[in-house]
Amino acid sequence: MSTGSTARSLPGSGEERRHLIVAIVNNKPGVLNRVASLMRARNFNIESLAVSVTERSDTSRMTLTIVGDEVHVEQAAKQLYKLIDVLKVQDVTDESIVEHEFALIKVRATKRTRPEIVSVAEMHRSKVVDLGDEAVIVEAVGEPTEIDTLVELLREFGIKELVRTGSVVMSRGSGSIEEQVKR
Amino acid sequence: MTQAGHVPGAGTPAASAAERARRDMLRDARITARDGVRPRIGADALCEAILLQGSDTIWGYPGGVILPLYDVLVDHPELRHILVRHEQAASHAADGYARASGNVGVCLGTSGPGATNLVTGIGTAMLDSVPLVVITGNVPNALIGKDAFQEIDITGITLPMTKHNYLVRSADEIPHVIAEAFHLARSGRPGPVHVDITKDALMGQTTATHPSVAEVEAGLPGYKPKLDGHPRQIKLLAEAIAGAKRPVILAGHGVLIARAERELLELARAAHIPITWTLLGIGVIDETDPLAYGYMGMHGWKHVNRAIQSADLLIGIGMRFDDRVTGNVRTYAPKAKIVHIDIDPAEIGKNVVADLPIVGDAKHVLDALLPLTTKVDPTTRVDYFAELATWRTESEASSWHGSGGFRDGVLSADFVVERVAAGSNFDANLTADVGQNQMWVARYGGFRRANSHLSSGGLGTMGFALPAAMGAAVAVPGKVSWAIAGDGGFQMTLQELATIVQERIPVKIALMDNKKLGMIRQWQEIVYGGNYHSEELAGPDYLKLCEAYGLPAWKVAKPEEVDAAVAAALAADGPALIWFEIAERQNVYPMMPAGKGLSDLIDKWGDDGEDITEGDSGPRVDPTDPQSGGAR
Ligand SMILES: Cc1ncc(C[n+]2csc(CCOP(=O)(O)OP(=O)(O)O)c2C)c(N)n1
Ligand SMILES: [Mg+2]
Repeated sequence: MSTGSTARSLPGSGEERRHLIVAIVNNKPGVLNRVASLMRARNFNIESLAVSVTERSDTSRMTLTIVGDEVHVEQAAKQLYKLIDVLKVQDVTDESIVEHEFALIKVRATKRTRPEIVSVAEMHRSKVVDLGDEAVIVEAVGEPTEIDTLVELLREFGIKELVRTGSVVMSRGSGSIEEQVKR
Repeated sequence: MTQAGHVPGAGTPAASAAERARRDMLRDARITARDGVRPRIGADALCEAILLQGSDTIWGYPGGVILPLYDVLVDHPELRHILVRHEQAASHAADGYARASGNVGVCLGTSGPGATNLVTGIGTAMLDSVPLVVITGNVPNALIGKDAFQEIDITGITLPMTKHNYLVRSADEIPHVIAEAFHLARSGRPGPVHVDITKDALMGQTTATHPSVAEVEAGLPGYKPKLDGHPRQIKLLAEAIAGAKRPVILAGHGVLIARAERELLELARAAHIPITWTLLGIGVIDETDPLAYGYMGMHGWKHVNRAIQSADLLIGIGMRFDDRVTGNVRTYAPKAKIVHIDIDPAEIGKNVVADLPIVGDAKHVLDALLPLTTKVDPTTRVDYFAELATWRTESEASSWHGSGGFRDGVLSADFVVERVAAGSNFDANLTADVGQNQMWVARYGGFRRANSHLSSGGLGTMGFALPAAMGAAVAVPGKVSWAIAGDGGFQMTLQELATIVQERIPVKIALMDNKKLGMIRQWQEIVYGGNYHSEELAGPDYLKLCEAYGLPAWKVAKPEEVDAAVAAALAADGPALIWFEIAERQNVYPMMPAGKGLSDLIDKWGDDGEDITEGDSGPRVDPTDPQSGGAR
């Protein structure tokens, strides 16, 4: 008899998109494992993750990108916040932020293609940081989509190796997520 | 000059430290002679810290690396150590101790297998929000990560099933970590906290002092449970209640944890709302109260599920709308606005979309709500309550309920549960196992008091009843402690008979022997079209078993013998067991097959009453339906 009049909607059936989450955590051994374990156990897929120490040596900052609808991502943030070592979690996707990523791209090169590669890099606010006979390394900083474009262009020459850090973000203006941590 | 060897890093300081630790493990050296003044070591600090937290019982089992603790236990006589027969039982006993008393339970095991044996009990406590502090020993610091004897990455294992866990490598950390562990275990949404302590930390000398609560809280900047609900939301709730025609309260474990039974009843009385409860919410209200409507969900009362399905306002308090409660969410309470009160913000919006979410402790929220609640004149809800009463009469007129206990020459389980509970005037602590017996206890236990019902709800851990009832008996010596277990679950932890005999723990055991994995048989009958496999279960002669262990036992196969056996077991000084040979094929009805909705109950009541015959009941459920899941 489950022909209900109005079916109740399930949590998390909204539209999926990429979210940027910032977590301020205790800088202790094992905290990264706690975060990773939680995301795995609860079926949240981390697209990218960047971790480093903050202004204070006892705290670290994680930037996670997760794809999901609002409810799904909010659930991830709430679960993260339940970890004792997590001090602050914020979804900054819709805030005014600077989002940048760093990449090193080792491109196959010959005497003939080298100048071309260098000019492609320069046109994209990137620089060549190593110039070898058979390969050059391009260093890129920018929004992930900018890096995508550059990688696409360099692919023509042949990419031998690619490493990207994942996004790090910071809000514009004077606001500070770190200062919001209540101690 | 260092000599090159086949051991990686040989000759380095790390290698010699590991070598020293290895030698110490082999020697298992006592630190000092007890006569004469001995220095205070980490193990002493551990005992002191536990006592300072108000816990006086440890359920444990010794082993190599934890021996330094056993070496000093004699110097802390206020701390009672109860030796179990298997570490799983230590964790369940600590869990039962915690559920029955509301205090933190403490259990202990050695590294490696001792620690892994505790894991089932940790998971059980995690899913049911039970405050435990679980202590394990670990190998000396220098051997960590070396696959030393009995070394396992136990903090890696317990990480996803604890509220928090620690690896302690120095004696100086012990006072602070233990105080923090207790604080985390019992505050906010409670849960198990695991503290793994290396042998060096247990043996190291220390003068570290015990921190105050303020110091503990100051050290936890990332942990601030939110107790008070948002005033605006609470005001909206008061308005929603004032406007509701068919409100229903769904009370869960959170009400008991917050000790908010009185406030709950005040709300129900003021606004004239029936109270229903989840499995772990049993005991939030005296079941004989006129506003107590019943147990909900998969094997809940049909009238209760009907009330939920027809409600216009559901007020969930300290419960989490889990799948055993809602069935298919899409068809759940289609006309109701859902209010969800819970201390854990992550519960809100997880399983159902809440129309009115309130994050806070049940007691705090109810305290704030009560002054805003408009009194409802019961006469305005006459029709509603009359309909509820009709539905209740209908579901209680079923063929099994109150059947007089006798069907086809065998004992009926519901009757046995009811008589066991009645034997102590419905004031005993009843600990259920898992399976059909658990559902019969939930339905027919007739509970009248908070924390008198203990059950592994979230994890559904077979083998829970006997050890947990043991914990309850020690925690609350003034109340009778019954373990009501199926023959399957009982055989999973029956080694604890030796513990209750040795320690004279007066657990009374009602063994519900249907010679089957009853719940499995029921699912195979109803969900798998009678394709039975592995549900026939042989067991020992339980009278001989009890004789061997040294506890009195009775065997009962006729309804008219039940009361006398219960009285005899209660009169026995110490533990006792009654072997109830119950109907072999009785099903628990009604039943909501997983994936179906609360309105899709399979219910044989009032038909021909032929529920004991196999293979003929109810619609067949598609076992390949991904929503159907497995048996409990
Ligand atoms: C440790 C564990 N293993 C398996 C199960 C799956 N299971 C749930 S109920 C059940 C049968 C229980 O049989 P019994 O203890 O005799 O209780 P009855 O249902 O007959 O009352 C099983 C195997 C479980 N819940 N826990
Ligand atoms: Mg059985």
